[in-house]
Amino acid sequence: MTVTATPVREEAVPEPAAGRRLIDKVFKARELAVAAVLLVMLGATQLSNTEFLSEQGIKDLLLNATILVLVATGQAVVVITRNVDLSVGSVLGISAFAAGTYLQDGGSSLIAILLAVALGALFGALNGALVSLGKVPALVVTLGTLYIVRGIDSIWVGSQQITADDLPNGFVDFGHDGIWVVPYLALLALAVLAAVGYYLRSYRSGREMYALGSSPEAATLAGVPVRKRIMTAYVLCGALAGLAGALYLARFGNVDSATGSGYELTVVSAVVVGGVAFTGGSGSVYGAALGALLLTSINSVLPAIGVSSVWVTAINGILLLLAIAVDRILALRVAAVLRKQAAQLRSARHA
Amino acid sequence: MSLTRTARTRRLTAALAVTAALALGATACGGTTKDDAAKEGGTAAAGKADPNAETKKDLTVAFLPKQVNNPYFTTADNGGKKAVESLGSTYKEVGTSSGTDTAGQVSYVNTLTQQQADAIAVSAQDPGALCTALKQAMKNGVSVVTYDSDTKADCRQVFVSQASAEDLGRTQVQEMAKQIGGKGEIAILSAAQTATNQNTWIDFMKDELKKPEYKDIKLVKTAYGDDDAQKSFQQTQGLLQEHPKLAGIISPTTVGIKAAAQYLAGSKYKGKVKLTGLGTPNDMRAYVKNGTVEAFELWDPAKLGALAAHTAVALESGQITGQEGEKFKAGDLGEFTVGKDGVVSLGKPTVFSKSNIDDFDF
Repeated sequence: MTVTATPVREEAVPEPAAGRRLIDKVFKARELAVAAVLLVMLGATQLSNTEFLSEQGIKDLLLNATILVLVATGQAVVVITRNVDLSVGSVLGISAFAAGTYLQDGGSSLIAILLAVALGALFGALNGALVSLGKVPALVVTLGTLYIVRGIDSIWVGSQQITADDLPNGFVDFGHDGIWVVPYLALLALAVLAAVGYYLRSYRSGREMYALGSSPEAATLAGVPVRKRIMTAYVLCGALAGLAGALYLARFGNVDSATGSGYELTVVSAVVVGGVAFTGGSGSVYGAALGALLLTSINSVLPAIGVSSVWVTAINGILLLLAIAVDRILALRVAAVLRKQAAQLRSARHA
Repeated sequence: MSLTRTARTRRLTAALAVTAALALGATACGGTTKDDAAKEGGTAAAGKADPNAETKKDLTVAFLPKQVNNPYFTTADNGGKKAVESLGSTYKEVGTSSGTDTAGQVSYVNTLTQQQADAIAVSAQDPGALCTALKQAMKNGVSVVTYDSDTKADCRQVFVSQASAEDLGRTQVQEMAKQIGGKGEIAILSAAQTATNQNTWIDFMKDELKKPEYKDIKLVKTAYGDDDAQKSFQQTQGLLQEHPKLAGIISPTTVGIKAAAQYLAGSKYKGKVKLTGLGTPNDMRAYVKNGTVEAFELWDPAKLGALAAHTAVALESGQITGQEGEKFKAGDLGEFTVGKDGVVSLGKPTVFSKSNIDDFDF
């Protein structure tokens, strides 16, 4: 989807402001649709089971979503630049173990979290360097780093594991405590989400990421520092996967060499369901976060109404296809509108 | 994890594995036949068991766990290593890093056959897929023992069982009844819906619950967490939301019980909703100490590995052949009898609670 950059004209008379509003609405609508589905689903579940949205219930929903929201935020930024990072699951796993090992040896919780973030950023930088300097397709590069990082993880971790017993009480409590129904983890994720969202929307370099994703060639010609932006996106994505690793440790209190394997697919699903187009240049981190919340909530809704969890994967798949279908239909619609207006313009000139 | 098996992946890999087994099996055969004569030792093919036969030394006993780097199997295999070395033989461990790589396991069996290992102790990822390779191994004079997870009965000589399914199922219900004072609603948090061993245990649990002393206990739901921490978390949440009066949860899977414990520990249900099942002491230590969990059970994997090692050596020495009723000595573990279908059972599970949990480290 490359429509963001194209001004739409309602009439032969140029009216860029109104046009942008229309496009804005179309994009907002997609995030609104995800939000609406989410609300309807939660509401219906609450009707059939009044325990669902109890204090504990809301807290659980938010906690369940936190880790996925963080990783999806990072992934969304990468996808917006028309790349992808498949190594997030492995990076999450290795960062979680690094933080766990540090805590096991009596380290402080804050430094453990920073350590995980730094390790994640390091792997992000590696991905970024390979993708931007090597000019190799991101899918292949990050598939490679997925296996490499998992391999390092397996050699390093071996059969060891970090259990709740190895962690300081304060750190484990941080994983489930909070202010009333809002857990600390969710607040942290929200802060990160808002910061990244603001950066993408209001900073020049943030906008350049969209430009880059819409059309890499045009962005290069327009003087966007392509390598630097791709690097930023990957480092951010890696750092957030690292942070998510530390939070995973706090939440689940258990890490072994298989932690996070297969997670990349869930993350990519969340991003796509949230309306971030895989072709780059469109969507927002808020959408990705909503997508993450939707996917994790389905996993909570089904058990709460007593439906077998076997259905979860099928439902996720359907949502994914729906999201892509909506995306395609919107793209075709917008393209048709643009064509019509271009034709009107031409005929107006010839007249 | 050892306690379960994901059948979805299994079906897929089984097809691959069978193909691989056929291909590799043929190669293995070609490579080793000429050495067969040299390896005529006391194996099942050699005929009758002689309980007084001397224990052979300098054997090579290979352990092939379901997954290497899995803490449970590392403990089991280290137990096996100690036993093998105490008997004067050589121990080795090979295996796949994924618990569902059946094709990989098949090729390891073939490699071991080619390397002329004397005995293989294998924890099978799939009951059928390994058969061709294992039969080929037995034909070449390798003694084959399965432990933790069995293959079909004709594809190995002896299965060393961690505890009988019946004991495991019934004792978990007994433990739960004790903790909730004999009445209330309970639920089960299992692994995959298709995990054979889980389902067998659950059937015995249901059977135990039919007894009159449990008439006040009602099993309201069996949920499946697929041995995934996050899924098990959410299934536990769902159980508690759907059944607000729930008194206890039985989770017969190590991944499920620790996820459920971690969730309970951080929720308003801590200490109120009882949790028991199968878990490892290291996983559960924190929750037993902070009062989330009173007691849970498991067999000792180190003993399981040791018994597998003793069984393998006894087979290779010709003391047993895998027929029902044969007896053999397994070092410190005592004397064991081969049961029906060539199954040797380790015995009743150990119950871990605050009082003894620090005596164990696995």
